[in-house]
Amino acid sequence: MSLDLGLPALERAAPRLMRTEPLLNMRDISKSYGNVRALRHVDAAVYPGEVMGIVGESGSGKSTLLRMMNLEDTPDSGDYTLRLPGRENENLFDLTRYERRMLCARNIGIVYQNPHLGLLMKHSSSGNVAERLLIAGERSFEVLRDKAREALDASEFPLDRMDARPIELSGGMQQRVQLAKAIALEPALLLLDEPTTGLDVSVQALVLDTLKRLQRDRRITMVLVSHDLGVIRTMADRVMVMRHGEVVEQGLADQVFQDPQHPYTQQLVHAKL
Amino acid sequence: MSLASLTKDWAATSYGFLDASAKRELRRKMLKAIAVPGCQMPYASREVPMARGWGTGGLQVTLTLVNSASVVKVIDQGADDGVNAASIRRFISRVSGASETWDTLDATIVQSRHRIPEEIMREDQVLVLQVPNPEPLRGVEPNISIARQMHADADYGKLWLTLYEQIVRKGRIMQGASYPAMVNGRHVMTPSPIPRWDVPKLNMAQHLTFLSAGREKRLHAVPPYTRVEPLVFSDRPYQVEDHADLTCRRSGVRGFFMNELPQDGGGSVFEVSDSNLGIKAIDKTEGSAIEIGETWYRNGEYSA
Repeated sequence: MSLDLGLPALERAAPRLMRTEPLLNMRDISKSYGNVRALRHVDAAVYPGEVMGIVGESGSGKSTLLRMMNLEDTPDSGDYTLRLPGRENENLFDLTRYERRMLCARNIGIVYQNPHLGLLMKHSSSGNVAERLLIAGERSFEVLRDKAREALDASEFPLDRMDARPIELSGGMQQRVQLAKAIALEPALLLLDEPTTGLDVSVQALVLDTLKRLQRDRRITMVLVSHDLGVIRTMADRVMVMRHGEVVEQGLADQVFQDPQHPYTQQLVHAKL
Repeated sequence: MSLASLTKDWAATSYGFLDASAKRELRRKMLKAIAVPGCQMPYASREVPMARGWGTGGLQVTLTLVNSASVVKVIDQGADDGVNAASIRRFISRVSGASETWDTLDATIVQSRHRIPEEIMREDQVLVLQVPNPEPLRGVEPNISIARQMHADADYGKLWLTLYEQIVRKGRIMQGASYPAMVNGRHVMTPSPIPRWDVPKLNMAQHLTFLSAGREKRLHAVPPYTRVEPLVFSDRPYQVEDHADLTCRRSGVRGFFMNELPQDGGGSVFEVSDSNLGIKAIDKTEGSAIEIGETWYRNGEYSA
């Protein structure tokens, strides 16, 4: 069971970053919950086809930032643009709740750490994928079935269990259903919130393998949040390190891991090593 | 002119049982419901001399509409002679002076529990359906605040998902009654627990329909000539109950919605659910010059 690490991240990422505009661009994002400042003037850019890893301790603001990217929450201040046809210069936080929801449903996929947040446990696995397609307006039963089968297959989910309920499945299988649901509409952006946390190491490797293959074959842009530096190192082209709601360091993954500049990043990297 | 001369004398009861302010509120909500077809309107459901869940919503709407020239028909699962139907009909006529009838063609107001009469209703008639649960999203979203957002966003994917699951599990859509239907292309409503057989009767119907839930304190409406389209997949057409070939054992009519009566021997016999249609058919067979109106279904096929 080996992970396909491919070319070194630096070689793969650097030429792309030099010649493209970011797909996702967040500027000066701040958010407070009561007296707690969850995000402080955060800037983030994610380029087409890359995997951006976000690391940091619990409470550092990485999941809050991911929720902002998924338009589940709005900040106190800041702009968010996605380079989508017809929406290049639009601050997505200015959209109505309905517009945000529809834009997310069609263009952003998300895999949560807790499958209960992302799946309807009493519906079939194929139904969970179909729900995504139904929101986007698909109304043919056979097309729903075919597309659900295709997405589950791409997520390496055993098709003989496509009508099993997620509650009957293992954690790894549930994550695959979430992944299938997230990629069913071929989103521009895939958000992964600790997708392998809580899974045993062999299942983690399988899920990461699937993610890498999807990223390689479909060139899906991904933002991966994880506590696990090993996962980030395996997956990410670039890394953003967060602490106390601030970005303390960001750069190419190899650069950050081999030559961390900020004392907190150094602490993280050395703690891992 | 004194103030006393401008006011009515005190009376123990109001005309049509409900007090004027209750009727005024209901009329406003009914007008709103007509203005936004299929959208649920909350109202302050009043106490009426009947337990909640027994048709108090329908009764309040009927009491608001009724006047002494009205002719009221009340049916319970298609039957005019059920205890509940007879009691409601008698109560309405006692408090309003309205006439009672069993004949759909004669009625101006038809209050019904779970059936729409088989004879086509006209523009001058109002159908009042008693609804136990007016929220079509209740089964998929128990949080009412979220359900309201879903209505606002016309987000009905989960209702389709329910139908998808039924086909996956059973090979066909199993939703027997309260089949969700899109009204005027905007709001999905539950058309009360009428059978699938009756849902097409609401589409582009000549009559006005009110659907009122007294216990849930909400009502909605389908104005005349409004589209009511059951939710279906584009490749799985809507199907009504397979009653086209059944014959009523009492009246001999065929091609209408039937009640199944299981027999001791294990078989079943069938009786037409619209009891007054059966009675009229029997009378006609016996030679009475009775008029049976045009029906929505002919020879078991929807044809209106």
